[in-house]
Amino acid sequence: MNLERDRLLEMYRRMLQIRYFEEKVFELYGQNLVPGTIHLYAGQEAVAVGVCANLRNDDYITSTHRGHGHCIAKGAELGRVMAEILGKKNGYCRGKGGSMHIADFSRGMLGATAVVGAGIPIAAGAGLSIKLRGTDQVVACFFGEGASNQGTFHEGINIAAVWNLPVVFVCENNLYAMGTRQTMVMKTANVADRAAAYDIPGVIVDGNDVLAVYEKAHEAVVRARLGEGPTLIECKTYRHKGHSRFDPATYRPKDEVEEWLQKDPITRFKKKLYETEVLTVDEDERIRQEAITAVEDAVKFAMKSPYPEPEEALEDVYA
Amino acid sequence: MREITYREALREALREEMLRDKSVFLLGEDIGRYWGGAFGVTKGLAEEFGDERVRDTPISESAIIGVGVGAAIIGMRPVAEIMFGDLSALAMDQIANQAAKLRYMFGGQASVPLVVRTPFGAGVNIAAHHSQSLEAWFVHTPGLYVAVPSTPHDAKGLLKTAIRGSNPVFFVEHKLLYPVKGAIPEEEYTIPFGVADVKREGEDVTIFATLYMVHKTLAAAEQLSKQGVSAEVIDPRTLVPLDKKSLVNSVKKTGRIVIVTEDCKTGGVSAEIAAVVAEEALDYLDAPIRRVAEPDTPVPFSPPLEQFVIPNEKSIIKAVKEIVY
Repeated sequence: MNLERDRLLEMYRRMLQIRYFEEKVFELYGQNLVPGTIHLYAGQEAVAVGVCANLRNDDYITSTHRGHGHCIAKGAELGRVMAEILGKKNGYCRGKGGSMHIADFSRGMLGATAVVGAGIPIAAGAGLSIKLRGTDQVVACFFGEGASNQGTFHEGINIAAVWNLPVVFVCENNLYAMGTRQTMVMKTANVADRAAAYDIPGVIVDGNDVLAVYEKAHEAVVRARLGEGPTLIECKTYRHKGHSRFDPATYRPKDEVEEWLQKDPITRFKKKLYETEVLTVDEDERIRQEAITAVEDAVKFAMKSPYPEPEEALEDVYA
Repeated sequence: MREITYREALREALREEMLRDKSVFLLGEDIGRYWGGAFGVTKGLAEEFGDERVRDTPISESAIIGVGVGAAIIGMRPVAEIMFGDLSALAMDQIANQAAKLRYMFGGQASVPLVVRTPFGAGVNIAAHHSQSLEAWFVHTPGLYVAVPSTPHDAKGLLKTAIRGSNPVFFVEHKLLYPVKGAIPEEEYTIPFGVADVKREGEDVTIFATLYMVHKTLAAAEQLSKQGVSAEVIDPRTLVPLDKKSLVNSVKKTGRIVIVTEDCKTGGVSAEIAAVVAEEALDYLDAPIRRVAEPDTPVPFSPPLEQFVIPNEKSIIKAVKEIVY
């Protein structure tokens, strides 16, 4: 697939933003500035960016507890994402949701649910709304391989399939549901194999290769836009950190971690951009600096932002 | 005024709102052209509005509500039917964690104009998976409204309000009420949420009742009047929001209250109503609060067992007589 240079560099920039953003969140967490818990997206950047690069502003996504990357890939403002993570008033959800529930409806980011698998039927519902309203929008629904063992996976994909809804189901298979290795809880090696049960395309892709993800997502998005129904894409990937907070992830063999770190999606993409002479050393440095600055600005914005007034806890229960 | 059944009143509300607003659509199991809903509420609507707007679904309660939530947050007004209220347990995450909470968690960015219609109630010998009254689960879930209409008039007016609103509504019907007839205006009307209706005025005791219990309570009140006891029957019509003012005013007038609900007693709706009266009108009470509810058992199958657990006129009259002396 031949993508324009600008598009490629934009994808590279987004991936770097996510990586630096997550490194900063981890750092702030260590300084006790982040309330609650965090689930970092580092290592999986190629999935969110490769998929969202195919979406328009008026297309929709649904997200998960590991959702910072989805927000940034869909174009959310870094400062407001960071402010939400810190529980601040200027956060996307005015401090009501936090890291696990960021939404930006102005950009079609329909929010993250922290109940594993719950977003799958909701994405199907967004697809039904599109179908009934007669627009050509699409929905991308992100979830992990752990969610594919929930009843909602079956119920939601079955209904999307039988109603031919414009949804791209994106499974980010990072091999572990918290500490439970996929092989302990699934007989099948591939989540994508389950697509056969719904008579929809099931596609396996190297989730650490952003161009491969882009290409498969492109086919699925085009298919959905044309009214030809949903696709299940399984992106094989790996999270760099543990499940949450300070999870040291000792359940993962060292050589496995090492092997996946070698397949880091940003390093690979960078190599490819160098090889194809899309990116020069100088330009790389410039883009990295810009991404670092954007994240630093986001932190400044979030730190400067006030906490909500305690009584705001009583607002937004009902419309 | 004309007389129609509760079932017909619900159907009229759905039909009128579908004519009025093309974002309204229905989904649920067997609600389409073959059955028209297990209780016949949606009969004829698929023929009139087509299968796209009256959607038969797989037996997937979680997806029925989840799809409703997803459609509701971006511009549609779905009305989902759960065939029996007991089965809402299968969709509980989507109702209680998603529909009820998305607006709040997203800081007010989302509206969830989703109506979930479902019948509760015992009395037709279909045992513990098809007979419960689980209103309290939903009353205990901030973000949801809970409607409990007892008459055709209330059912129609409240359902129209539910569909037009911007919040998720858990709309409780009662399976024994579907064939019950009642007077209904020819002209268009809606009934606001949070406004109780005094179904019978009285002086000596307030009886708070919901759904089918309103009818048993009215029959009991009629008998009581022959024995010289004047009972006021208050029907809240919505449990969330609750019209506390009408409840408290009635208690201030009568000085006594009996609460009649079909759900089981412990942690039930009656407990909340008793607490409201205790907090806001204790000084006006001349006698202890009495509750008439189902015992803390699942609903049994065999007719004598089932009839034993459901509150009836006798148990209502007995409770009234314990505090009116």
